[in-house]
Order: sequence, then C-alpha cells, then structure tokens
Amino acid sequence: MAVRGAIEVNIESCKGCGVCVANCPVGTIALSRSVNGKGYNYSYMENPEKCTGCTNCAVVCPDTVITVYRVKI
Amino acid sequence: MNISDIIKPENKVYGKSGLLLDKEMHYCPGCSHGTIHKIIAETIDELDIQEQVIGVSPVGCAVLAYDYIDIDWQEAAHGRAPALATAIKRLYPEKYVFTYQGDGDLASIGTGEIIHTCNRGDSVTIIFVNNAIYGMTGGQMAPTTLEGMKTATTPQGRSHITSGFPMKITEMIALLPGVVYATRQSVDTPAAERKAKRSMIKAFKSQQLKKGTSFIEIVSTCNSGWKMTPVEANIWMRENMFPVFPPGDIKDETGF
Ligand SMILES: Cc1ncc(C[n+]2csc(CCOP(=O)(O)OP(=O)(O)O)c2C)c(N)n1
Ligand code: SF4
Ligand code: SF4
Repeated sequence: MAVRGAIEVNIESCKGCGVCVANCPVGTIALSRSVNGKGYNYSYMENPEKCTGCTNCAVVCPDTVITVYRVKI
Repeated sequence: MNISDIIKPENKVYGKSGLLLDKEMHYCPGCSHGTIHKIIAETIDELDIQEQVIGVSPVGCAVLAYDYIDIDWQEAAHGRAPALATAIKRLYPEKYVFTYQGDGDLASIGTGEIIHTCNRGDSVTIIFVNNAIYGMTGGQMAPTTLEGMKTATTPQGRSHITSGFPMKITEMIALLPGVVYATRQSVDTPAAERKAKRSMIKAFKSQQLKKGTSFIEIVSTCNSGWKMTPVEANIWMRENMFPVFPPGDIKDETGF
C-alpha cells in the first residue's frame, strides 16, 4: 500500500540547523534561500512528492517545529 | 494529490507534545538539549504523570529548562541537583523526581552529590547530558572531555598527564548496588532518539519499584562549543565520542 506524507514547518521557530535535512531518508527537505524573522534559512519541502510521512525529520528536530501528516493512497 | 489534501488534522501522525511550552528554547541551533527536552516531555505525556513529576534543573545551558516543559520544577545550585532530588523524593515519595544535569554540573562540581545519591539508592531519575564540554561558560574542558580534544582551557588538546582521563561516570555509578538502571544513549538520529525515549520511559517507570536510582546518560553535541555545524557535530560525536562513551545499557535490574 502506498503512502503520501507532508510536513508543516513552523517557519518562525525554525533555527535552520539542518538536522532534519540530514535525517530525511528520501531527500524531501532543504533549507530555504530566504530567511525567517530571526535570520535563519528555514527548512521546507523542496521535493514534496517524495515525502512518506515517516516522521524522522520531526523526531530529530531539536526545536520540535515540524508536524507530520500521512495518508494511505 | 495536493499537499492541502494531506495536511489535515485527521492525517496528523506527529506533532509537538502538549507538555512542551510555546516559549522558544534559547539553545543554539541543532543543540541536543532541545531533543532531550522533547523526549522527557513525551515520556511524561505517555506515562500520563504530568501532575506527579518534579524536575530539578541544573546550572549550565539547561538552567532555564523549567521554562520549556510544563511540570513542577526546582532550580538547584551548581552540581547539587541530586541532593535536592533526594530531599524532594523523601518529602514526596509518591512523586516522580528527576534531575537534568550537564557534565560540568554532574561530573565536576557535583561529583560528590551524584555518587552519594546513587550510593543511597534514592529512587530518582538522573538525566546526564554529556557534551564533553562546559557549554554555557564558553567551552572549557570538562572531566568528560576527550583526550586530545581542544577546548578553551586545553588549547593544545586535553592530555591525561596534566588533566586526567575522560571520566566514565555511568560505568562508575553502575557499580553501586543503589543503582537499578544505568544506560547510555544518544539523540543524533531518529532511531537513536526513539531508543533513548524507550530508555527514558524505563528510567521513569523504575521509580515505581522503589529499588534504586535510574541513570540515563545522553551522549550529546555542543556544536557551538565544538565550533562545528550541527550536522558535522553529530558525525564528530559518533566518530570520536562513541569509542570512549559507547551507547547501550550498562546495568538493568528493573525486570521490565
Ligand atoms: C558555583 C558556581 N561555579 C561556577 C559557575 C559557572 N558555571 C556556569 S555553567 C558551568 C558549567 C556548565 O557546563 P555543563 O554542566 O557541562 O552544562 P552545559 O552548559 O554544557 O549544558 C559553570 C562552571 C557557577 N554558575 N556556579
Ligand atoms: S516525514 Fe520522513 S519523508 Fe517526510 S520529510 Fe520528514 S523525514 Fe522526509
Ligand atoms: S531540524 Fe528543526 S530547527 Fe533544524 S532546520 Fe529542521 S526544522 Fe529547522
């Protein structure tokens, strides 16, 4: 059964540490070129079609700014 | 399928624990302290013991831990958290009591308190954040600093000839009969984080046995103090800290 996932990043709370990017197994996430109010390059889904909703990025995010959603298709 | 079809409340599979307050943590980007706070909050949430927990926060970067997790807290003087936890536990034996301490706090100024709390076998949980450095004060050597590691006070690298060897506190206290559970974990990968959380749950649950102290060391990064990016710091930790501080259970007499 196939799944699709998506993440929602609380942009203003993200510190751009890149830990989520390094731990996404399928290369969904990247750090943005633009910055948030604190001057950090926040994380976002660069390749949203790849996300499986595995929650790995959210689990390792030190500031817990990622919420994960998953649906079966 | 559009992203808006996926991002709906009924499809949510992971989000911030309700015990983590909205206040933004002051920690540097990528700091292990934030991830460890998260697993503590999730542990308390899952055990449904929010009203029964009292945390003791340290002196060190985590001095403001009481601002981030929605439970009762007491702030200790530097290194004295285990003594305070003992007092709290004896006054309120039905509460779950834990300390949260860095390696400067626990393994240096507080060495006496931690050894004697573990030796008395007070049924409290000790959370020991070992980032091999004094983070808050600018990256000075800690007792846990690796040999050869450059810090503000060991610019040539730590040498055992002048400064002794990296101190393995968890192995030391595991020898004491008062300790019921001693484990070393990390939070650098999703798998490690999930395993550390299972250990955290076991450590808290072991307080119900009233059989002794539970001790959970988390090998951590201080990327600012180590002068690396957060991702580099996680790699450096695995390559350099794990050979000296290998993750895994050192003692487990909980029976669960
Ligand atoms: C009695 C006393 N001595 C020294 C200090 C200075 N001091 C503040 S934090 C700290 C060490 C913190 O290091 P650690 O416990 O490893 O925690 P981290 O900041 O790395 O999380 C020291 C020595 C103090 N606040 N009080
Ligand atoms: S949920 Fe999994 S697949 Fe989706 S972005 Fe996060 S780590 Fe990548
Ligand atoms: S791990 Fe969290 S804080 Fe770090 S870049 Fe990713 S979303 Fe931002």
